[in-house]
Amino acid sequence: MAGSSARRIWGLMYRHLALYRRSWPRVLELMYWPVLQMVVWGFVTAYLAFGAPGGTARELPGNAATIAAGVLLGGVLLWEVTLRSQMGFAISFLEEVWSRNLGHLFVSPLRPWELVAGLAVMSVLRTLAGVGPAMVLAFLLYGFGVWTLGPVLLVFLAALMAMGWAVALAVTALILRHGAGAEALAWGVTFGLAPFAAVFYPVAVLPAWLQPVALSIPAAHVFEGMRAALIEGRIAWDHLAWAVVLDGIWLAVAAWIFLAQFHSARVRGALLNIGE
Amino acid sequence: METPALLVEGLTKTYTPGAKPAVESLTFTLPMGETWGLLGGNGAGKSTTIAMLLGLLVPSAGRVLALGHDMATDRFAALARMNFSSPYIALPHRLTVEENLRVYAHLYGVPEAERRIAELVEEFALGEFAKRPAGQLSAGQKTRVALAKALINKPALLLLDEPTASLDPDTGDWVRSTLERYRAAEGAAMLLASHNMGEVERLCANVLMLKGGRVVDAGSPSALLEKYGRDDLEEVFLDIARGRAQAAVA
Repeated sequence: MAGSSARRIWGLMYRHLALYRRSWPRVLELMYWPVLQMVVWGFVTAYLAFGAPGGTARELPGNAATIAAGVLLGGVLLWEVTLRSQMGFAISFLEEVWSRNLGHLFVSPLRPWELVAGLAVMSVLRTLAGVGPAMVLAFLLYGFGVWTLGPVLLVFLAALMAMGWAVALAVTALILRHGAGAEALAWGVTFGLAPFAAVFYPVAVLPAWLQPVALSIPAAHVFEGMRAALIEGRIAWDHLAWAVVLDGIWLAVAAWIFLAQFHSARVRGALLNIGE
Repeated sequence: METPALLVEGLTKTYTPGAKPAVESLTFTLPMGETWGLLGGNGAGKSTTIAMLLGLLVPSAGRVLALGHDMATDRFAALARMNFSSPYIALPHRLTVEENLRVYAHLYGVPEAERRIAELVEEFALGEFAKRPAGQLSAGQKTRVALAKALINKPALLLLDEPTASLDPDTGDWVRSTLERYRAAEGAAMLLASHNMGEVERLCANVLMLKGGRVVDAGSPSALLEKYGRDDLEEVFLDIARGRAQAAVA
């Protein structure tokens, strides 16, 4: 049974990987935005932290400038993980909608959880392909290695990916409910969370009434943890724990919404004509 | 007693509460090894029926046992031994024919997948375009690929929605011959929704005539021809569709 599930998940992954194998523009597109974001923010960071070459140097001591650069670039790179994780999941689902293949998938023995697992693994691969090169370039161009965060980086990455999946599951549920008309959400919904996710500034900067909202977002705790690691050199276990707990809640709620919409689509007969 | 391919009892679907059902109280038993036809005009309930039989659509009432499995509670066990083909549901158009077949071989857990794919490429004469994206194929080629996909797991129950729609007569005849050969070789059951009456006469042992979501008549093509005093099934279809059935039978 487990072997059968693994094979069906692999079948779904193969469907997407076969496309990338033949199309270098698709692979390039995966890296394009993360690298572009990192390059732009890298120069902004260099300017803010160190001043323009030949201009007046900032009043930041060398170590503080390096930390400030790390906080900004770390924010850019880790936020890209959330974005690419969410988009990688939702767009892989949209590929099925665009090719009007959902009818075939749902009359095969593929279980809904196997579909979700296949999309989640594809999101990991797409995120690695997109953000990995940006991380390497950040080191080569600006001397910032995100791995200097230490082993806790792996927990940060996992927490951010899980949040991306939760958002993507909810977006997928909306696509099941509203069809391809909801596809704009697949591209933009996570951008809308950025102001509240404390990516580039602490939660304390936000108005008091907005802080509970920010603290209900798993990513806000990851970025607080990232700043604690980079600025204070400590692991903020409380924020890590909150990130993991909130991810669990977000995933559970998103899975419930997805399954409810999947059932609703089966009641309404939407699975056959969802691409229309 | 052999488990029937399909046991359908009181199957009903109402899309909007209070509205007229799209399918109402459909009851029939499709034995293994037989091909049955589902006939009716546009909006008669054929597609809704097939979607419920496949588990794509939840019925408002009634039940479906496919290959002995209740589609409400155990549909995945049945789906592994079923398959479906329709010209109205595409395969991923950027994947090549071979890649598409490989995807579905994995999804259906086909043993020795590469050998099965090679068999289908040979049987359906897909070789010359096996490495071409599915989206670049002609209608006839797409139909052959869709049928190859539908047979990838050697299904015991095959549901077909207008399998020869938009095909030229030669290709249509080839598809019908292939389906006949498959049923004879594997002892599979097939349920065929079609507007092609010649196809139904040739392939089907029994026909369910749907109108307004209800079965208005059923029987073998020859029995229906005799009952309505007609020379071909198309005239019987028109009698029923245009409400001339009672007059014709009288």
